Amino acid sequence: MRIVSTVLTSLKSLRRNPTRTLLTTLGIIIGIAAVITMMEIGNGSKSAIQTSLENMGANSIMVMPGSMMGPGGARQGAGAAVSLVPADADAIGEYCPSVALYSPVVRGGNVQVIFGNVNWVPSNMFGVAPAYFEIRNWDIEEGRLFTNEEVDTNARVCVVGTTIVKEVFNGMSPLDCELRIGDVTFTVIGVLKTKGANMMGSDEDDVVLTPWTTMRMRVTGLKTGTASNTSSTVSDSPGERFAVSGRALYPDQDNSITKDKLFYSRFTQLDQIIVTASNIEKNEQAVQEVSDLLRKRHNLGIEQDDDFTVRNSAEFMSMLNQTSTLMTNLLLGVALISLVVGGVGIMNIMLVSVTERTREIGLRMAVGARSRDILRQFLIESVVLCISGGIMGILLGHGMSLMIATVLGWPIEASPQAIVAAVIVSATVGILFGFYPAWKASRLDPIEALRYE
Amino acid sequence: MSQELIKLVNIGKTYFLGEISVPVLKGISLEIGKGEYVALMGASGSGKSTLMNILGCLDRQTEGDYFFDGEEVGRISGDRRAKIRNKKIGFVFQSFNLLPRTSALDNVIMPLNYTAQGLSSSEARRRGIEALKQVGLGERIDHFPSQLSGGQQQRVAIARALINRPPVLFADEPTGNLDSKTSVEVMNMFSELNASGITVILVTHSTEIADCAKRTIMLKDGRIVDDPKRHAAEPKEA
Repeated sequence: MRIVSTVLTSLKSLRRNPTRTLLTTLGIIIGIAAVITMMEIGNGSKSAIQTSLENMGANSIMVMPGSMMGPGGARQGAGAAVSLVPADADAIGEYCPSVALYSPVVRGGNVQVIFGNVNWVPSNMFGVAPAYFEIRNWDIEEGRLFTNEEVDTNARVCVVGTTIVKEVFNGMSPLDCELRIGDVTFTVIGVLKTKGANMMGSDEDDVVLTPWTTMRMRVTGLKTGTASNTSSTVSDSPGERFAVSGRALYPDQDNSITKDKLFYSRFTQLDQIIVTASNIEKNEQAVQEVSDLLRKRHNLGIEQDDDFTVRNSAEFMSMLNQTSTLMTNLLLGVALISLVVGGVGIMNIMLVSVTERTREIGLRMAVGARSRDILRQFLIESVVLCISGGIMGILLGHGMSLMIATVLGWPIEASPQAIVAAVIVSATVGILFGFYPAWKASRLDPIEALRYE
Repeated sequence: MSQELIKLVNIGKTYFLGEISVPVLKGISLEIGKGEYVALMGASGSGKSTLMNILGCLDRQTEGDYFFDGEEVGRISGDRRAKIRNKKIGFVFQSFNLLPRTSALDNVIMPLNYTAQGLSSSEARRRGIEALKQVGLGERIDHFPSQLSGGQQQRVAIARALINRPPVLFADEPTGNLDSKTSVEVMNMFSELNASGITVILVTHSTEIADCAKRTIMLKDGRIVDDPKRHAAEPKEA
């Protein structure tokens, strides 16, 4: 009740000099507006970076085979070993609770594609499962994606990127066209949406994607692996243990497979398994689960190194996020300095106001105001000043970021936390910088104050 | 015999300016009963304003005891003195001291902000209008001080002093800034208020004004040199 009437009194006395009130709060208005604009632009660019990274599939986890020690101790780098099998991929899907989606990946390599009299070597040629498109956030422009049944039946269908459409099909719709990949004819069933260049600068749309089984069985064939690298997949049959080099169009039937399912050879190796966690926070956990599972499946002892590599691009993403957070914080720091400057302005004017209203203070004391009533009145006055400045700043800042969004086309994102913080900060500035003038006012001697000219 | 409202026993006030001590009041003893109409007179520098400030609980004596309404107020806390000023004392100043750009009504009800029992704002308004009517400004409640004549401003100040219905009204040179015609109006108002039972204590250096009062206390160099109450064996009845 008393607070309400004091606030009303403060509003009245602030209204007595509107120009000065506005000029006084200008510092706060600009400071808060700067904070709000920074936060909205910062948040906007952060989520824009996040979205584009997610589109690039950067929140995915890659599982690759490990390195391989060749004859004479020559190591051949990550991915050289033959240690990932389709069953590993299925097990990841089944036993890792943090994993949402997974897809085996078979690299096509530099295989020529031919349509009519046009030939081309796509920079990316992968055999994948339908989940891959979801993992990479890749939508179809026209036609359709291939299905799990087509994967299971080694169907000769493929999906192409827009660069392929331009280079191979001369811009015409390639749907239902016969595209030869290596020696095998595929039917084009879909065209992917344009993605542009990836972070490394290579064209993402220069791509041909087929079911991974088709790619492995019909195009690339099986790679040679050594038994020591595939400890979990040691087979009983010598024919499997020493896999045929080059093409293996008719893989041996695995004894353990009894389900009505595609029969893979135990040696059908994958070049990669791509996995996404159910959400980005669970990324680390998913990496751990996948590593543990694969170590178990590959019968690796404690002293043995992993025969696979798990790469988590979330690190890259968090690095980018850190960069943009750093920038936002830096700008926020500058904005906070301007708030402090605004606060000094408030203090200055409040001191002037106390001096100017000395007689009023004396009068109020003479009619029964206690020191703390005076202190409270001036403190509330400066807080009211700052908060109204803060509210104007929030409106101005939001308006500015909206303007920037429309004029410059920058992404913005409203930040409720920043608004709450702005109100709290402006109230704090009001209390901090209003305290000294208010305290000075409350210390006045009523007789002196009444006599003040 | 009238009830005592104010009793001063050997009040002294000395200002210390560095090493020099300046005694302003030197042993003042005084009694003022309820309903009296007193004028404090004296040349400038006689200590009448200092005495007034002590009487009005704005200042503290350095010696002696001051009983206001039976309570020694010279040594109580500042907050209790503020409460006494709010509830029991009304002030009228020479320069009116109205808040600028604030309506007459808001000026009048301002002391209610500091009154312990919170009045609702409609109740405060009602009382403010009543006080303004009492001083004959019922139709000017929304005027700003700058739109009022000097006499009207002083009447707004009187209404403000009366808003908490105090038993005593202090006026420091209330007509100092007014012409003779409005001075008469204001002095008539004090007489009326006194007739309604309020104790009025004026500070003035003008004999004309002092003549309106029923009792004139003359001060010179910090001492009472003339007080009719000391001559008369019987205290005056209000």
